[in-house]
Amino acid sequence: MSDPADTAQARTAVQTAELQAVEERQTGFWLYLLSDAVIFSLLFATFGVMAGRTAGGPSAAGLFDLTHVFAETMLLLASSFTFGLASLAADDGRTTPAIAWLVITFVLGLGFVAMELTEFSGMIAEGAGPQRSGFLSAFFTLVGTHGLHVTAGLVWIAVMTGQIAWKGLTGPVLSRLQRLGLFWHFLDIVWIGVFTFVYLAGSL
Amino acid sequence: MTFLGRLGFDALPFYSPVALTGALVEVGGLVAVVLVVTWLGKWSYLWREWLTSLDHKRIGVMYIVLALVMLMRGFVDAFMMRTQQAVAFGSSGYLPPEHFNQIFSAHGTIMIFFMAMPFLTGLFNIVVPLQIGARDVSFPFMNAVSLWLTAAGAALVMTSLVLGTFSTAGWTAYPPFSEVAYNPGTGVDYWIWSVFIAGFGSTMTGINFVVTILKRRAPGMTLMRMSLFVWTTLVTSILMVFAFPALTVSTALLALDRYLGMHFFTNGGGGNMMNYLNLFWIWGHPEVYILILPAFGVFSEVVATFSGKPLFGYRSLVYATAVIGILSFTVWLHHFFTMGASPNVNAAFGIATMVIAVPTGVKIFDWLLTMYRGQIRLTSPMYWTLGFIVTFVIGGATGVLLAIPPVDFLMHNSVFLVAHFHNMLVPGALFGYLAGYMYWFPKVFGFRLDETWGKCAFWAWILGFYLAFMPLYVLGFMGMPRRMEHYDVAAWQPLLIVAEAGAVLIFAGIAFLVIQLVVSIRNRETLRDCTGDPWDGRTLEWATASPPPHWNFDDIPEVHDLDELAWRKRHAYKPKTPSRRSPIVMPDNTPAGLLIGAFSFLFGFALVWFIWWLAVLSFAGIFATLTYRSFRDGTEHLVQPDGLPGESR
Repeated sequence: MSDPADTAQARTAVQTAELQAVEERQTGFWLYLLSDAVIFSLLFATFGVMAGRTAGGPSAAGLFDLTHVFAETMLLLASSFTFGLASLAADDGRTTPAIAWLVITFVLGLGFVAMELTEFSGMIAEGAGPQRSGFLSAFFTLVGTHGLHVTAGLVWIAVMTGQIAWKGLTGPVLSRLQRLGLFWHFLDIVWIGVFTFVYLAGSL
Repeated sequence: MTFLGRLGFDALPFYSPVALTGALVEVGGLVAVVLVVTWLGKWSYLWREWLTSLDHKRIGVMYIVLALVMLMRGFVDAFMMRTQQAVAFGSSGYLPPEHFNQIFSAHGTIMIFFMAMPFLTGLFNIVVPLQIGARDVSFPFMNAVSLWLTAAGAALVMTSLVLGTFSTAGWTAYPPFSEVAYNPGTGVDYWIWSVFIAGFGSTMTGINFVVTILKRRAPGMTLMRMSLFVWTTLVTSILMVFAFPALTVSTALLALDRYLGMHFFTNGGGGNMMNYLNLFWIWGHPEVYILILPAFGVFSEVVATFSGKPLFGYRSLVYATAVIGILSFTVWLHHFFTMGASPNVNAAFGIATMVIAVPTGVKIFDWLLTMYRGQIRLTSPMYWTLGFIVTFVIGGATGVLLAIPPVDFLMHNSVFLVAHFHNMLVPGALFGYLAGYMYWFPKVFGFRLDETWGKCAFWAWILGFYLAFMPLYVLGFMGMPRRMEHYDVAAWQPLLIVAEAGAVLIFAGIAFLVIQLVVSIRNRETLRDCTGDPWDGRTLEWATASPPPHWNFDDIPEVHDLDELAWRKRHAYKPKTPSRRSPIVMPDNTPAGLLIGAFSFLFGFALVWFIWWLAVLSFAGIFATLTYRSFRDGTEHLVQPDGLPGESR
């Protein structure tokens, strides 16, 4: 394959395949998010079914510290904003700011998870653990599943930061970063639901 | 807790000579396969060409091999149950109750998750890219991961035969019986993790085929020029994406109850076991259509080809498929009318259930009218199709009966129900898959299957089916509950002996399928298909060689019509061959999919037996494999369509 025309043609074939792959992966990832949204909606529905089933244990009213949860919410929302800045920097090809904003996003997300764990351990210490009642099983599972997703997102952010540092902002890296962004913002939307239907509605 | 969790020598099946025999047969079979492959010296071939392959055709074949192996296992379970019930009048038969319960749980789990699902996924894999004129699926690596996750789930179920016991809680694992309080052993945990892991594979298969069909169709193939099998694959895949999360949630919550002492479905502690039934059937009812729609697609292809006509009412078939897909999410409550919901709720779900009969009826008429005035060739795929149409209508009629809540209160949990759903799924799913197997076999292997043995298999299967299941309808009316290990009603026994005779005939049907395969391989030179189009086909998969090259088509075809190949034959159309072909980008083989499947198996096994260190290690293995893979770009190579492998990237 030394013929220059052949080489050019090969390069075009590879580029076309890469473009198609990016588009297909984006569509596939949206489908994954939809199926994940089904998981969360079923957990929300289960929480709705279980909300009153406290088995004589603590109920939602008086259990949650809204200030704590509000601070948690702000951390996650801010992390979505900083991720947006990372995406903008990456799209412009500015490697260092992209990495910097990703690191800040990571720290904010880590803070969110840490605050959630603090809340959980406090509740468990008070005797309001997931084994106490159906209501608390549903609470810990819904909020915990979101927390697990955020944790997975943190691992992914770490991996992508490594990829940017190692490979630079190549086509495949940028395409993965876009999907990570979709994932991260999706978790924000789910959290808005958790904050509203679990914490606010429960504290009324 | 010891090093191996709760795994010890008491896990071996010495509790029952029957179970011990089963375990010995299974281990013996595995050893025999290993010895034969070693003796033939085929390990490296198997590794290079199959186990690490990302080729959708190879993956499809492996799915179907898995399905056929599991069909044997599931059938043995069925045969044991029928034999037990034939003899267990006023005696305890030959199976102890705990073992009988394991067998019916394993039969249902295996037939749904590890026979039907791999079979239909295998057909998708083999056929869809060829029918839409594509070179592969959109995500070849994820495709391999799906395959190996399914295989990992199947391996977990098979392991439960040798180590520990399988679930006694039925294939649906209803709580509270499936909770730790009543089922502390490994059985339900085997069920949970095998289904959970395989379910992930199915979700990914769904995503893969939606994207493949939406993004990889050949130029000119509009949505309304897709063959009906592609349409049913698309709707089925959408159902997979949206329904399988419900299975993930219901099994995960059950696992949280069992492992962490939560109270989702327990008796006390504020649990609500009916919520499990809702969650499970929100997956479970769409699943019925996930199993049946692909078979409808096969029947549509077979009827059109062997009637020598385009499908009658193609548009109505497409819309009926889509409507069935939507309605399938609106009827789940009919699986538990007796839950105690209000009459209005039951009525709403009853009516929705009856409404599904309408689009299904539309399809039946479309197939009949496709045959009307066609030049019908009675090949073996056509036999399965005709047998399906007649039998399925009977099953549909009993389904409409069961959709009436007051009737359901009488028939619920009786063998009438068992007869009904076998009457839907044996012709409506399995016959379709077998029709597809015989129809597309020459495309994959380049030679046809023997017609005579195929027809023998059909007759044994369909007669066996009627003998085995029609008595169950009658027994249901006589009040026989399902899942009876023994009984003391003399009037039931004669009908159960008839059902046993049906099982013997079905056994002959399976034997004929094996004979057909052996005879066909032996006579492959006379059965050879050199044209790539052995059936005078109508769609694109017959426009390439049999077997097709790795990249399917040298030039991506241009599509002009729904029945593109028939159109080409009619117009004597010869596609222009370009003077210079651009090279094709194809994915490299990789063992990563197999590795992820192996780690997932270990992960499930560790969770079943409480071997926590192994669970952590195997999960880390999955993560490491995925991360390593994500750091590698350019996992493709170039091929020149004239067959010369090009430079590697």
